[in-house]
Amino acid sequence: MDNLIQYSYVVAAALFIFGLKQLGSPATARRGNFVSAIAMLIAVVAALLDQGIVEYQWIAVGVVIGAIIGGAAARLVQMTAMPEMVALFNGFGGMASLLVGWAALAPGSATFTLVTIILSILIGGVTFTGSMIAYGKLSERIGSGAVLFSGQQVVNSLIVLGILGGAVMFCLQPDNHSWLYLVVALSLVFGVMAVIPIGGADMPVVISLLNSYSGLAACAAGFAVNNNILIVAGALVGASGIILTQIMCKAMNRSLANVLFSGFGSGKVEATVVEGEIKPISAEDAYYILEAASNVAIIPGYGMAVAQAQHVVKELAELLERNGAEVNFGIHPVAGRMPGHMNVLLAEADVPYDQLLEMDDINPRMENVDVAIVIGANDVVNPAAREIESSPIYGMPVINVDKARTVFVLKRSMASGFAGIENPLFYKDNTRMLFGDAKESIGQLVREFS
Amino acid sequence: MIPAEVFLTFILMLSIFLGFELINKVPATLHTPLMSGANAISGITLVGAISLAGTGSQDLSNWLGAAAVALATINVVGGYMVTDRMLAMFKKKGS
Repeated sequence: MDNLIQYSYVVAAALFIFGLKQLGSPATARRGNFVSAIAMLIAVVAALLDQGIVEYQWIAVGVVIGAIIGGAAARLVQMTAMPEMVALFNGFGGMASLLVGWAALAPGSATFTLVTIILSILIGGVTFTGSMIAYGKLSERIGSGAVLFSGQQVVNSLIVLGILGGAVMFCLQPDNHSWLYLVVALSLVFGVMAVIPIGGADMPVVISLLNSYSGLAACAAGFAVNNNILIVAGALVGASGIILTQIMCKAMNRSLANVLFSGFGSGKVEATVVEGEIKPISAEDAYYILEAASNVAIIPGYGMAVAQAQHVVKELAELLERNGAEVNFGIHPVAGRMPGHMNVLLAEADVPYDQLLEMDDINPRMENVDVAIVIGANDVVNPAAREIESSPIYGMPVINVDKARTVFVLKRSMASGFAGIENPLFYKDNTRMLFGDAKESIGQLVREFS
Repeated sequence: MIPAEVFLTFILMLSIFLGFELINKVPATLHTPLMSGANAISGITLVGAISLAGTGSQDLSNWLGAAAVALATINVVGGYMVTDRMLAMFKKKGS
């Protein structure tokens, strides 16, 4: 029986890997997710066959409660709220690993096991509270700005020292549970402290990193309970999160350390004076320019998600195509609040994925674009990243909308972007500002067309 | 006899490298479903939690295990369902 269980885990691991491989293309991705779900089912059934299990009622209670909550959340969540949901799920994964690590503690455990137990508690705890704070910031239940106070570094260092000390003492005296409780408490506190100094616009990095942690916590729990499949699956998730974190950091031209510790966007930025004047445009005039355009690029940002404008954007794109124009979408890697956020919103609105171009694909085409429409994006189209060396975002790769013949910027008001940085794009000769709610403004354009 | 922890570490090392290779090939357009799918996979903790929740000894360990089962199941069920819901929306032009 025990061999059968172990071989089932081998099959499950192979299917997890195969499922992730199929995620390499949108055409096979859905099948890949299904294969991965089958892998999970096999692993869970194998685990249920374990002879150490004498009583199934609490397992059943847990599974039923979890399945109801998870199923309801998956059905009800709005696509604009995906970042919050992923943050929340990262947290649950972390908490589950913390609990498994803790529950795995048995009298007379070997030192290696004790180390892995304390690791799964530590990583799991940080992931849990860190994710809850990230969830709060993303859903704006708490302020999304960076929280900084003097002596923050000192406090954090003390917490880290406390965790290290507690962990060492725990491994030396596993029967004294005070050390265990100390590490549990401090890792929960540390999760909060680690995420509060990070501002809302940096959330794509944070949730990628917490995604990675939730995998690593599962990995550590795998060591604690001596289970291969937890290690394999946890490592795959860990690697995935780390890669996404790297991509996000690169797209912002910042190091991970800078994102985590600098409190970017907390209002310390010096104002730069930008020459030129703002040229507003009415929806009617914008329509005449669009009507004559044969190549249009649409650059969405978080503002499109906030205004829930994706459906009306799709309508406009369709009208433009019917009018004979080529329409593409340019997606910056950090547009939105999580990796790929814009792509999901546009897919929800039925925009075909081959129309969504990555930054490196759309930039070379920008000179042939008649009209670039920027919807609720700011920093990711800011030419200061190329032109103004003193700008905090200098060097960040951006979508070069200013190279298009005409740029429409849809914006609520002249308030600066999340990072509080002036955007010289608004003052360029070829830029026209279409003020108002994005959904409203595009709705007006759609009405002009029909 | 090579100790078991060496084997576990070996598996960890190979899995991390494999993970990097696999995930690097996922296109940017699928990064959100990738993350929610990863949420689901990290629910693998369920496998560890099951054996701890079924010991039959009504002690702390058993309760912690049962709570972990519930949390991990949220990830597994919610993660796979929402990923499927998203991936169903991705369509190619003309289809």
